[in-house]
Amino acid sequence: MLKYLIKRLMLFVIVIFGVVTVTFFLSHVIPADPVGAILGENAPLELVEKMEKELGLDLPLDQQYIRYLKGIINWDFGMSLRTQRPVSKDMRIYFPATMELAVFALIIAMFFGIIIGIVSAVKRNQLPDNLSRIFSLVGISMPAFWLGLLFILILYYHLGLIPAGGRLSPSISPPPIFSGLYLLDSLIAGEIETFWDALYHLIGPGLVLGWIQTAYICRVTRSSMLEVLNEEYIRTARVKGLKEKIVIFRHAFKNALIPVVTMVGISFGYLLEGSVLTETVFGYPGLGRYAVNSFLSLDLNSVIGSVTLIAIVYALSNLIVDMLYAVLDPRIKY
Amino acid sequence: MNKEISQNWITSWNKRHSSEISDIKETLYLIRKSPLTIIGLGIILILIIVAIFAPYIAPHNPETMHLDKRLALPSEEHLLGTDELGRDILSRIIYGAGVALKIMFIVLAIDLPLGILLGLIAGYFGGWIDEIIMRIADIFMAFPRLILAMAIGAALGPNLKNTMIAIALTMWPVYARLARGETLSIKERTFIEAERALGSSNLKILIFNILPLCFSTLIVRATLDMGNIIRIAAGMSFLGLGAQPPTPDWGLMVSSGRNFLINQWWVPTFPGFAILLTVFGFNLLGDGIRDISDPHLRRGKK
Repeated sequence: MLKYLIKRLMLFVIVIFGVVTVTFFLSHVIPADPVGAILGENAPLELVEKMEKELGLDLPLDQQYIRYLKGIINWDFGMSLRTQRPVSKDMRIYFPATMELAVFALIIAMFFGIIIGIVSAVKRNQLPDNLSRIFSLVGISMPAFWLGLLFILILYYHLGLIPAGGRLSPSISPPPIFSGLYLLDSLIAGEIETFWDALYHLIGPGLVLGWIQTAYICRVTRSSMLEVLNEEYIRTARVKGLKEKIVIFRHAFKNALIPVVTMVGISFGYLLEGSVLTETVFGYPGLGRYAVNSFLSLDLNSVIGSVTLIAIVYALSNLIVDMLYAVLDPRIKY
Repeated sequence: MNKEISQNWITSWNKRHSSEISDIKETLYLIRKSPLTIIGLGIILILIIVAIFAPYIAPHNPETMHLDKRLALPSEEHLLGTDELGRDILSRIIYGAGVALKIMFIVLAIDLPLGILLGLIAGYFGGWIDEIIMRIADIFMAFPRLILAMAIGAALGPNLKNTMIAIALTMWPVYARLARGETLSIKERTFIEAERALGSSNLKILIFNILPLCFSTLIVRATLDMGNIIRIAAGMSFLGLGAQPPTPDWGLMVSSGRNFLINQWWVPTFPGFAILLTVFGFNLLGDGIRDISDPHLRRGKK
């Protein structure tokens, strides 16, 4: 077990190192003329040279790489050209916003996904099952940005159920920053009104992301439950005269849980990905929107920062899933 | 006389190929039994036909602008209305089918061979080659796909060609892993040993003996990915990092129609629905093919 954990941790370190290297290639090696892209083709030569020096682009590649690695180890990505603030400071603000959204969506997805998945498996090939299968197939086929637009059109404009976008209403000031999660910070500061307003702003993007994840979790729960329900020990439990509820939740679901946990872990990656599109549609100031704006304005430092951070979070969530595996299934020996 | 001979020939052919025939019959039977697969197949067939015959089906030229008819409501002349430049939305959606399919095919044409090649090499030779290839695969899989595709696309420059390269580069590890797994189990079988004893070269064994056996697994996986490719490409175009105007790309159409969402809802809504329907069709088909190829579901097989 300990050997496995150490091996897994080493893989994590290798992957992070690789991710950082890939990002270096994408930002320093492939683009032919990064400065020209920022300043335009007709920029005066001295300005170009000054900027190259600032970004360290005048050095040979190996020195650029070392400089780049040093920066990342110190969690210093330099200044963002677009916001004129240090990238790490920007991320300190935008990252918690995305986490808040992702966790909110994940809670929705786990709740509905697992319940619908179980019902679907128990009522196999009956109406609830067919409905839930169509519902989840539509969910995994849904372009997040389009669903977001429909929500804004219907839920905001026609029904007035959700706000148009953003993270807080203009009249409400953000809570004192502690964790950066508005829901948590407002509760700590005792600002109940801020709490409700922040929650209110999470509904739209949260439901968009949540539905799509519900679909994935529901599919995995269904197929995993179906497999377990076919096992002999389930028949034994039924023959023993146990209540169906106990058979399903205590005997079947517990053992069907492992693939579901994996899916929840993978979901986290999808959530980060989906947050890029959803945040853009809802104008939600999170890391995803920050990354997109950095890409579009070719803001090199903040591109590197946000991609690195997202990849690290993603790799971490995979690491946690693998560790949970070992805990959840005592049969797995490493 | 002649008739008899041909009759005989047919029966003997049938006999010789009975297992293949029953296999095909069974596949058709399984498809017929699954209405969702048929719906998926139907959507995809319609999509392909629409894409091929776009110039004959589309009521208008997708690029002709009529500035006097900007943002027109759906009407008899423009069934789905017009966009901000007065272009017919239905015609643009019809031409967009070809764009979506082209993206999908080119991405698969890059990443399937790439993934298979690397997977075969890793699985067959093992050792440090395997270790290096699979660690690189791990690194590529450590990024969420859209993020990596965005980063590659932005580095190469935002256009349709680079979008396809970017998506392909994010997807090969899946195929490499599958091909490697299959190769690992196939190379232990006796007939490979026999081939080797007969003096076949590694290359010949890889291409003629191992590759064909990997194929079905990889094709099933590729079908499951088709919808995803279209969805990611649409997402990148929506963000402005993919196809550029005036390409009739669905994601791009949603993106530029976004500004008219409240008052001219049809501009972004219909192209988005086309994305949903297409991806839905591919996912239905992919699910169906996966189930059909699942040995648990097939009759008469262990």
